[in-house]
This record gives sequence, structure tokens and C-alpha cells, in this order.
Amino acid sequence: MSTSSRVRRALVAAALATGLAVTAACGTAGPQEAGGGEELRLWTLQNEGINTVQQAAVDRFNAAGGPQIELTTYLNDPYKSALQTALGSPNGPDIFYNWGGGNLKGYVDAGQVADLTGALDANPEIKESFIPQVLETGTIDGKVTGIPMQGVQPLSFFYNTDAFAEAGIAEFPTTWTGFLEAVDRLKAAGIQPIALAGAQTWTSMMYPEYFLDRIGGPEKFQAIADGEPGAWRDPAVIESMRMVQDLVDREAFGTNFTAVDYDNQASQALLTSGRAGMELMGSWQVTSLNDNFPDFLEQGKLGWAPFPAIEGGAGDPRNVIGNPSNYYSVSANSANVEAATDFLMTELTSPEYVQGMLENGQVPGLTGIEDQVASTGPFADFNTYTYEQTKAAPTFVQSWDQALPAAEAQTMLTNLSKVFTKEFTPEQFADAMDSASR
Amino acid sequence: MSTATAVRVGRPGFVWVAPALTFFGLFALLPMVVVVYLSFTAYDGLNPPRWVGLENWTRLGSDPLFVETLRLSFVLTVASWVLQTAVALPLGVWLARRGRSRALLAAIFFVPLLMSSAAIAVLWGTLLDPNFGLASVLGPLVGIDDGNVIGDSRYAFAAVILVIGWQYMPFHTLLYQAAARAIPVQLYEAARIDGAGRWRTFRSITVPQLRDTIITSGVLIVVGSMTTFEVVLILTGGGPGTSTRILPLHMYLEGFRSFDMGYASALAVVLLVIGTALSLFIARVTGYRKMASQREGM
Repeated sequence: MSTSSRVRRALVAAALATGLAVTAACGTAGPQEAGGGEELRLWTLQNEGINTVQQAAVDRFNAAGGPQIELTTYLNDPYKSALQTALGSPNGPDIFYNWGGGNLKGYVDAGQVADLTGALDANPEIKESFIPQVLETGTIDGKVTGIPMQGVQPLSFFYNTDAFAEAGIAEFPTTWTGFLEAVDRLKAAGIQPIALAGAQTWTSMMYPEYFLDRIGGPEKFQAIADGEPGAWRDPAVIESMRMVQDLVDREAFGTNFTAVDYDNQASQALLTSGRAGMELMGSWQVTSLNDNFPDFLEQGKLGWAPFPAIEGGAGDPRNVIGNPSNYYSVSANSANVEAATDFLMTELTSPEYVQGMLENGQVPGLTGIEDQVASTGPFADFNTYTYEQTKAAPTFVQSWDQALPAAEAQTMLTNLSKVFTKEFTPEQFADAMDSASR
Repeated sequence: MSTATAVRVGRPGFVWVAPALTFFGLFALLPMVVVVYLSFTAYDGLNPPRWVGLENWTRLGSDPLFVETLRLSFVLTVASWVLQTAVALPLGVWLARRGRSRALLAAIFFVPLLMSSAAIAVLWGTLLDPNFGLASVLGPLVGIDDGNVIGDSRYAFAAVILVIGWQYMPFHTLLYQAAARAIPVQLYEAARIDGAGRWRTFRSITVPQLRDTIITSGVLIVVGSMTTFEVVLILTGGGPGTSTRILPLHMYLEGFRSFDMGYASALAVVLLVIGTALSLFIARVTGYRKMASQREGM
């Protein structure tokens, strides 16, 4: 990149920051440590426990006396916009945290990401230690550009065993017919069947994600993610939206779910208080519940189960949806791509790193760590469930909002929220998405 | 000492405004110029801006959300002006009289001034939670049985207007309090001698004397309502659906969620033009720029 375009980029960034007045709401956006010198910069998200593990990995690498790495942490919300403008600039990171899939593809298409395929091929034992479905989301157009660095996060149902007992449901249903029966029973017992933090659409999105996969198989969403014309108009998409509205009509989410916020734990409060029976959520739910409602876990009221099979559907019921992992990628503009790659190859699969992740409730997407998963931390039984489910899944479908390009994801979330409020019919949703994706 | 020297000593001219002008140029004019440039490009923050001519501008015409968000912004502006003025003006006048109880109440009324927008939005989000918040208690009393205020497209926007009103009313009350205190007591004394009642005094003395303040406060409310979005972003995110998505929020989402900075810049220019036009319009029709004294002969 030429100097003049760097200057222009800096000007543009400054203009956007001031002109569009983004500094308004969301707390401190800036990095906690200033970068400098010849060091490699590693950018990741703020998380006290996990940052400690990451810092330890960096310290081990730095202790070898070679190139030094410096860890910088960001809050979740400002991170994406900071990364978007910093990549490729002189102040950008050498190694950066990302979500893989469509998010990573944007950076790859802009020529900002180093190809790590060769490095993995040179270290076959490292390559084979990753669960293939998890590594897949870091692979863009056949090239590995993201290495899994955090836990796998499939979406499961979390339920209140007391509420289920009260409604006379012995086992979590494994079929959709059984699921709808459970919904009716919970309602009859005066319990809101499902807690849904519908003020945010990414939570609502989990339902059509699973519907589409169970009904039509992973190929249907793959076609959408690949931008195939007419993919949003597929009958399986329309049927998924119809099933969403069926749940809304049954008042399975209650009547006020559009005002329930995830960030203030309102949906968790519904679940743990027994006012609602279950919640569909990512695997982070367990550590999150433990932080916010420790009594609920101590009393053994938390149950979990995979999303039920849909009778007659083409999708394998073992498939899971969620975040296969988060990834580290190396900037193509890094002054030392080799050292950055070396760090990823040596540290992310090291026993200390795996142990540290497990202690923080993260199950790394690696093969052959059954014993470590089963013996580490207070949630070893849940982690084992997550681990086995991920390994057994023929496909791990990435969450739609991460898999799609940013603009299409945003339109999808807006239109989907209108399906949940019934402003849109399933057909209107399909039409709106079809015209937006062209 | 000649007049010319006096002028030079009293007003060194450019030097005095240089710091302000530098800041204005750097942080207001330059970004404006760049935003106008960006509105003719496709720019995602990652790849260099690419010139696309009028593409973003023609898209304004075909974006149904643009018309809808613009309409909501106008509704917010008018409703905020009516609501905030209707509360702040009488309250400010009432608080202008001295007294311990008034001072105490004033201290309470001004509390929102101390809170950041984010804190206000989070606070109201918790109060309006349909299951555990105040909305679950008060909702049934006003016919909203499930407490669903911010998640119902019929009530959500009204809730947004009220929360923003709650945030800014104290500031305007403060303006009116200060202005009302500046009204000479002789005017009231003369009116009392002439036999004017409380209402007549308010209508014929207080309101006319507050004319400039009403205009100042009005311009601030109009421009503020046209550009605010952080409370809406945190409180409803523009939902349910798009029923609380105002124009500045639309711009933010297009720019920083969809990473379509080019189109977001076109929206920003529209906001800039509307905001400037509205404040110029208010200044013109009210004769504000003449700043005529209302105390002639006193």
C-alpha cells in the first residue's frame, strides 16, 4: 500500500470517527496497551480468564528470545469496526482474533490475510489435531486462513428440570412432535415454554437456523452463504419461517419476548426462576448462568439437550449450529508473517493452552482430548457433552450472522425480526432477502 | 489614543478566533468534506474507497427505510419539541423563584443531567423489562397486560420519545430557570399594580420575555433530536422490526454494522443538510438573528 493511500485511509478513519459521531455510547473502544517497536501485535477480545491463558501463551513464545509478541485486548462491540479500519494500516495487528466464515472472507477477499495452508501442511501433526468441521470455518476458498484458538460453541437447549417435572415431562423431547407436546404441557402448567431474548435478533435467529438445517440439510444455508441466486426463496427457507410463526402463534415464547433483553440477563432470569421452561443458547450459557445465577446450578436444576430432529427432514439431526470456534489469522501486511505463523503453530495446541482454556469453560476444537475434557473444571460433564456433540456432528453450521457478509447479515436480522413480530409473512421474508442479496 | 489603535488593541481579530477556527476546521469542516467525498464512493473500511458516482444518492430514492427513518426522525423532533418545551418552560419559571423546597426539587430534577446517555438507556431498559421491571407492574394498569412496551410497535416509539425527553428536559429547564430569573421584577410589580392575575402575568410578561430562550432551546431540541441515536441504539436497537429506527441510527447501522460507509456518508450528508436548514429556518422565521432587545425603554 502506498503512503498516499495510507494517509487517505487515516484521514477517512478520522473523518468517520468525528463526522459520524460514533464515540457516543459504547464505553471505551481503544486498546488497553499501546503498540510499539518491532514487536508483533496480537489483537483479541477482552475476557479476564481467557486473556490470562492467552498472555501465558505469549509469554512462553517470547521467552524463547525471538521476535516478541504483544497482546492487546478490545471490547466486543468496538472490535469489529476497529479491526475493519486498522487491517493493512501501519497500526494494524499482525495476528488478529476473528469469527471465521463470512467475517474472515471479507478480510481475505481484500487481500489482508496470510495463507496458512503451507504452514499446516508442513506440520501435519498440528493439522490433524484440529476437528475438521471446526477447521473448515477457518478455511476460505480452500485456503486455511484462520486457526481455531478458542472453545467450540454449539447451540443447545438449556432447560429448567423443575419446570419440566412440574409439567410432567420426563425427558427432553428428541423429535419436533414431542417438542410441540412439551410446549403444550408447559403452557398447561402455567409456565412460559421458551425464554427468548427477542429484543436482540441474534437470539431469535437460532430457531430458523436449526429449522432450515433439520428440514433441508446444511446445503440450503451453504447455497445462501455462497450467494447462489434464489437460495433465499428455497421452499425449505419458507417452511422454516412458517415454523417460526407457528411457535409465535402458540405463544411458545410468551407474548412479550420482543422486549426481553439478553444483555441484562432477562431471559436467564425467566429460565432460572422457573417462569420459563427452556432457552436455546450457545454453550457459553453454562458459565454465564454460573456467574449470574450460581444457585440454579448448585441445586442441579439445569438440564441440556440437542435441538430435536424434525420428522421427514433431510438434515442429519446430529448437525449442530453455532460458532465452530474463534480464529486467529495472520495479517498479510505483517512485517514478520513467519514469526506470527510460528506462534500459531506452536502455542494453540500446546497442553498448557488446552488446559487453560478448559479451566475457563472453553472446549478447544481438537481431537483426542477426551480425558482432559472429562477431568477438568467444574463443568466437565457439560463440556464432555459439548465435545462429543461437536465431534459427532457431520456438519457444524456457522451462525448466519457470522457466516454472511456484514451488509446481508444486517438485512437478514432486520427482516427476521419482522417474521417474529409477524410484520412479514414467510414469503415476504424470502422476497426481501432475495432482492437484498442480489 | 486614536480610534484605530483602540480597535486594534481591543480586537486583534483573527488571532482571537484562530484556536476556535483551527478546531472547527479540523473536527467539523474537514470531516464534512471527507464525508461528502465518501458519499460518492463504495467504502467498507477495509478496501480503499472506490468512486461510484451518484450510486449512493440514487439508492436513497429506492431505500424504503430511508423514507421511513426520515419520517420517524421528524416525528421525534416535533414530539420532543412539544413535550420538552411544555414541561421545561413552566418548570423552569417555577424553579426561578427562590426557596429551599424549590432548590431541593431542582437538585432532584437535574439528576439526569449528570448521567451519560448509555447509563440512561441501560437504566430505562431495566425499568421497561416486561417481566421483572416497572413495566410489568404499571403495564397492566394502563391496559398493557404483558408489560410489553418497548417490544410493541404501537408503544415503542412513544417510550423512546419519553426517555429522550426525560434525559433532556432538565437541561432546558435550567435554561428557562436562568432566563426567568433575568426578567426584571419591575415588570411584574407594574403588572400587579395594573391588576393582572397570575395567568395574565405569565402570558403577557413571562412568555414574551422568554422569547429568545424559547428559540434557543427550540433550535437545540430540533438539532439534537435530528442527530441523537445512542439512547435508541441501546434501548431498542431500532426495533421491534424497524419501528424505532430513526435516521441517525439507520446511518450508524449502515456504516458500522453493514460496513457500507459510502451509503452511511450519504445519509450523514442528508442529516447535515436537514439539521442546518432547520436551524436556519427557525432563526429566520423568528427573527432570532436580529436579537432585538425586549426591554426597550427600561
